[in-house]
Amino acid sequence: MAQSAQKSGAAGSSTFSGSDSRRYNYFEAAGRRATVYEDVTVDVQPDPRRHLLQGWIMSFADGTPSYSEDATVIKCSDWHVYRAPDQEWERTHFQRQSHIENTIKMVVDNARAAGAPDRFDKNWVSVLENHLGALKHAEFGIGIALTKAQRDGVTQMVNNTMLTNSSYKYRLAQDITLYLGDIGLDIDIDGDAGKKTWLEDEAWQGVRKAVEAIMAATDYIEVYFAVNVVYEALVGELFRSGFIMRAGAAHNDYVTPAVVSAAESDYQRNLANTVSLLSMLNGDAEHGDANKAIMQGWLKTHLPLCTGAAEQLQAVWGIEDNDDLDFGSVFADAKDKFRSILSAIDVNLPEGTSL
Amino acid sequence: MSGNLTLSKIVKQKSISITEATRRIADLGWAPTYFEEILKYPTDYKVEKAPKDPMKQVLRSYFPMQEEKDNRVYGALDAALRGDMFRNVEPRWIEWQKLFLAIIPFPEISAARSMAIQSQIAPGEDLRTGFTMQMIDEFRHSTIQMNLKKWYMENYVDPAGFDITEAAFGKCYATTIGRQFGEGFITGDAVTSTNVYLQVVAETGFTNTLFVAMPSEAARNGDYALPTVFLSVQSDESRHIGNGHSFLMSIVKEPENLDLLERDLRYAFWQNHAIVDAAIGTIIEYGTKDRDKNKESYAELWHRWIYDDYYRTYLLPLEKYGVKIHHDDVEAAWDRIVKKNYVHKVAQFFSVGWPVAFWRIDGMVDEDFEWFEAKYPGWYNEFGQYWENYEKASLPNQPPLLYLDQGYIYPHRCWSCNVPALIREDFCVDEVEGELYTYCSETCRWTHKVAFAAEYNGRATPAMGRFSGRRQWEECYHGWDLADVIKDLGFVRSDGKTVIQQPHLHMEDDKMWKLEHFKGLELRSPLMDLRAMSPEEREKHIAEYRAGFTIKPI
Repeated sequence: MAQSAQKSGAAGSSTFSGSDSRRYNYFEAAGRRATVYEDVTVDVQPDPRRHLLQGWIMSFADGTPSYSEDATVIKCSDWHVYRAPDQEWERTHFQRQSHIENTIKMVVDNARAAGAPDRFDKNWVSVLENHLGALKHAEFGIGIALTKAQRDGVTQMVNNTMLTNSSYKYRLAQDITLYLGDIGLDIDIDGDAGKKTWLEDEAWQGVRKAVEAIMAATDYIEVYFAVNVVYEALVGELFRSGFIMRAGAAHNDYVTPAVVSAAESDYQRNLANTVSLLSMLNGDAEHGDANKAIMQGWLKTHLPLCTGAAEQLQAVWGIEDNDDLDFGSVFADAKDKFRSILSAIDVNLPEGTSL
Repeated sequence: MSGNLTLSKIVKQKSISITEATRRIADLGWAPTYFEEILKYPTDYKVEKAPKDPMKQVLRSYFPMQEEKDNRVYGALDAALRGDMFRNVEPRWIEWQKLFLAIIPFPEISAARSMAIQSQIAPGEDLRTGFTMQMIDEFRHSTIQMNLKKWYMENYVDPAGFDITEAAFGKCYATTIGRQFGEGFITGDAVTSTNVYLQVVAETGFTNTLFVAMPSEAARNGDYALPTVFLSVQSDESRHIGNGHSFLMSIVKEPENLDLLERDLRYAFWQNHAIVDAAIGTIIEYGTKDRDKNKESYAELWHRWIYDDYYRTYLLPLEKYGVKIHHDDVEAAWDRIVKKNYVHKVAQFFSVGWPVAFWRIDGMVDEDFEWFEAKYPGWYNEFGQYWENYEKASLPNQPPLLYLDQGYIYPHRCWSCNVPALIREDFCVDEVEGELYTYCSETCRWTHKVAFAAEYNGRATPAMGRFSGRRQWEECYHGWDLADVIKDLGFVRSDGKTVIQQPHLHMEDDKMWKLEHFKGLELRSPLMDLRAMSPEEREKHIAEYRAGFTIKPI
């Protein structure tokens, strides 16, 4: 009886055809050489257009297969070209999220140890419990919408970019929740006030309406578009960066801006991912023009909701002694950013629409 | 005084209690009033009660915990290289990882997508963090496994097969079985797929053989990397099991759900058994070089993990809620493993099909024979001659074994589980919507014809999925020349001639099979041939198939 031949399993212990083939060779790297992100992401979700010999072998009762390009009205000649600029895979995602959680914990613990919450202006505490408290629900709603969206894309790269975006939104919603709970051990904060504000305060009803519109959207590209092109630029970042982060210091609060600032860093990455995907779709030689028209249609839905939300939220700027904080100027900044995003993805405002 | 200024006392900071934290986080959700959410992935179950969160973990502790687990994994991989792991690893073992690691990342990421579905149908927000963490966990599993495979590719003597991994996954005769597994998590009735098939059966029951038994065998073959990665993966599974049980408890008390639960537990248990035991049983029993008779066989592991641990302590207690558990199916699965040699017949099928594999399948030798005979008395009588033939036909001096006159009959594929009908006496056929299909067992026939249908027990089941598409791999290449098949699959090495798959572990060029060795050999689809037969021919063929075959020497 013959014995198994190869004794050593180490690379280089034998040389033969294929013994030096040490890279995944079934996809084209975006750059000169495949990144780790590409190696662990590309083609993990197969596609009848690539490698999937038998096609999908299960379907829904109406015949729709496990994954279908019809899950969005957007068309693309090759969805597999997309790579997320933030290049996140599991290790980098956990490193970043963990780093943020540890930083927030350190900042909050040290501020509390130094008695910082006691020195917050009393009116500012009311802003935190009501309006920062309301924001956490908005962030949570966006997280839910993105969780649903990550089911439907036909490539791993598209779905994972929405998955990590959703993870960031949930983290922020929980960070705010736990932060308010923790400082509530030092100062008097009603932990349930934010929910009441979110559900009932007129200033927040526009935001709630805009978020619920995104949650109700069933097209996953529409969700991603509405979140990062429209809502975040005109509402999310406006409130976080244009209000909380600017006003905090004036009210002796250096802690809350630090907690919220992580979200701006999250958004920068998620925006870059979004712009990259939507630019690819709108630059598609065959479908680009139709895609742009579809996105213009989405703007007709989400733009008035988000500008309306921002204008309604203006009331929050006015309730404090925020003389140096002018809603008009921060909203103008937000609109500029929104215009620059539209320009980057080559989408025009629908005719008859103004900002 | 100094007692008050210890580091732990200085940095001690009281935080909100975990109970209060999870209460507030669960209160983040609300019932939308401006726009109504459309249920994109519906269910036929009644789902009204909000599931509770059994884990009460928040992301603030989750992310650092996962990062720490990752640090241990990647540190261990570095240590394995510094310790020259691959010098002592068993090539027989690593070759089978080309198959296993091609399959598993897809079911993992499908489970992440599954959370999009389950989180939408679950009422309330208590379990939202649980679903979120499971979604991120599955993203972790998929990409950490892809990275492990990349690591094998970079450091193992024969990287061919790893280098085409995801392309091979989409094309291979064996990986189609794994796709049935992964697609089952995301397609069809939202509760059937996400809760019953994924969480209650696959994760709670069968991840024990996948992610606990497999790593043990890896370590016995000098592979310390796979246990490092997969035991870290398995440590996440308890969270998913908790999600699954909590959701199950929220639907089990609705009387109208009981018949659907009976259906789905039956389908899910049988199909998990058919798929997972086929793949993992074969890899553990035939991918190992360790023949210590004191270690448990796959059958013994199955009895411990599936029969005692899962069936007796998880499934049986569900009866108190009125759920009908099919004890006969559990006994039948056990009989398939210990009396009907299911795993050995799968290994025989995989190995005889080596020309369309993308990994090397090492033959069995005397020490293997002795171990199999000790663990499965009578093994040599049924399989010994086959493996003697396999060894004799391992070098390219004659056509591959499948095309030699040794008595083996290439099997029909089961339309339901996608594993071939290898226990010949259990082979059955049936017509569904006017078309003829083949099955490995009566339960798989029931699964296709009765469970995956528009109604069940007289009630409409519009949310239930369907088995569809080109489910039979062989159909794709019916009537093709084998050399053309291999070229089309892309299972050819960089010289354009030598095939990736080999029925041995020899690395010398003159012992490697090349495309020219497969020319003139035809591949056929047994199902297409069966459908083309007259009723009389078909009846005769089925009777002969059920009678089985006897292997003779070549």
